[in-house]
Amino acid sequence: MSDLSRYQDPLTIQRVLLSARTIAIVGLSSNELRASYFVGFYLKRHGYRVIPVNPRETEILGETCYPSLLDVPEPVDIVNVFRAPDALPGIARDTVAIGAGAMWCQFGVINEEGARIAEDGGVTVIMDRCLKVEHARYVGRMHWLGFNTQRITSVRAGLQ
Amino acid sequence: MTEEARDFGFETRQLHAGQRPDPNTGARAVPVFQTASYVFEDPESAAAYFNLQEYGNTYSRIMNPTTAVFEERMGNLEGGAGAVAFASGLAAQAAALFTLLQPGDHVVASSALYGGTVTQFKHLLRKMNVELTWVDPDDLDAWRQAVRPTTKAFFGETIGNPGGNVLDISAIAAIAHDHDVPLIVDNTFATPYLCRPIEWGADIVIHSATKFIGGHGTSIGGVVVEAGTFNWSNGRFPVIADPSPAYHGLQFHETFGTYGYLMKLRAETLRDLGGTLAPLNAFLFLQGLETLSLRMERHVSNALEVASFLSSHELASNVTYAGLPGSKYQPLVEKYLPRGAGAVFSFDCAGGRDGGQDLIRGVTLWSHLANVGDAKSLIIHPASTTHRQLSDEELRAAGVRPGTVRLSVGIESVDDLIWDLEQGFKKVASS
Repeated sequence: MSDLSRYQDPLTIQRVLLSARTIAIVGLSSNELRASYFVGFYLKRHGYRVIPVNPRETEILGETCYPSLLDVPEPVDIVNVFRAPDALPGIARDTVAIGAGAMWCQFGVINEEGARIAEDGGVTVIMDRCLKVEHARYVGRMHWLGFNTQRITSVRAGLQ
Repeated sequence: MTEEARDFGFETRQLHAGQRPDPNTGARAVPVFQTASYVFEDPESAAAYFNLQEYGNTYSRIMNPTTAVFEERMGNLEGGAGAVAFASGLAAQAAALFTLLQPGDHVVASSALYGGTVTQFKHLLRKMNVELTWVDPDDLDAWRQAVRPTTKAFFGETIGNPGGNVLDISAIAAIAHDHDVPLIVDNTFATPYLCRPIEWGADIVIHSATKFIGGHGTSIGGVVVEAGTFNWSNGRFPVIADPSPAYHGLQFHETFGTYGYLMKLRAETLRDLGGTLAPLNAFLFLQGLETLSLRMERHVSNALEVASFLSSHELASNVTYAGLPGSKYQPLVEKYLPRGAGAVFSFDCAGGRDGGQDLIRGVTLWSHLANVGDAKSLIIHPASTTHRQLSDEELRAAGVRPGTVRLSVGIESVDDLIWDLEQGFKKVASS
């Protein structure tokens, strides 16, 4: 895919982060050392409702795990994808079917067809970005560890 | 409140990057958080911080909110994913290398490096059973031919010390990347205002912040910036990609992606080696960074005038300022250093070793000391000071002769600097 920047717009990312409450994580691992677990743990800690989607597990992070997005019994705001890129078209179809507002594909989860299916279904797509990193950049404490948040502001913020 | 994306200018970023007004107090200046430790909210939070599942402060050997502003600002100005600060430039350099090296590994390094770096590589790295190959930095074939299966890094300086070599960064980065090896560049002499090596393909940038970054000769410190784009999972770096025994099996590159190297550098190497930058020194470096562009403009214009003066002086020869017309590095200066070739260079004083020392005895405004990058002008005789650990052969390879005098041109009135050098030359002529 040539230009990913249309799926990485900072204003869109901030709007999605700030408006979401419930995040379904497709491909969430129960292994505490995997990146998906780090992200799920972090998002739960920051007040999001996290719903694991993984056919091989029954419970992760203390939350009931569902085999597919279609089995999730409550409304989902963001579908966060930790799967191989070629799984994206199917996940995009499910995302449209359950009426989620956004499909957020992690680093390397890049698939043009999947993005098109989601967009055609009215879903906001964010691609090749980490949900945890972007939350930490705009809302959290990423700057506490010397990472380049690329934020420049003289506005006094609330406590972190 | 949402923020629009905007490419802020360098001068804006040198003042603002990394800092927001303190949310507790509204303090506009960066507060100095002079604290060793941080109170945890609850046991779960403490565990999340130590597990790196949450960005949190635990202990000031590993992170500090004042130092973090300096780190982010340096990462931003260099165009990297972030940065980790250290107590000195040499500590930063050792940590950057220790994070990616294992015993038996190999490093290819420019032969025209700061004497302290040569000593660190030649003795400390060899003591760790790391092998070195020194190459003429101008000879691209030499870099290519030096690569071995165990090579883990290429290392060079944007502007060599004190010979003034300019590194062909994009060409050397391309050779390194052909072999899945990162290029590490010491950008101390250029600063990100004059050159940003990451934009030319470098993967890791190191600074002695003691020099132009701080700019006022008040504090010792260093920093490592990483681009965040090198593929540490390419099979050559199990030390970064594989489960880490020093962090309960964490796979830093897979877990943190872009931020994997920097996370390992902080959470393991800085944690285990120490060498932490003091928060007050980070504050002083931030004060320096606020005026970096203004100082560098004056440093390079003064340097060019002093170099021009010396190049036509009968008692001076071999003026190594790469910004002089006719320098063999002119094409590289135009490419990598269009705003100026820095402010540190050397020349050979007539009369050899005695002549160089007479010149230093004769000046009264230039300060005779071992440092560079101060707002004040500095002068030194490398063969008897900074490079005295090197053999004659290594001296020659580093571009140093018995009469070589190194200048770090400050931001004083340039006429006064030239007047003072004339005083020194009178002393040389009368001896």
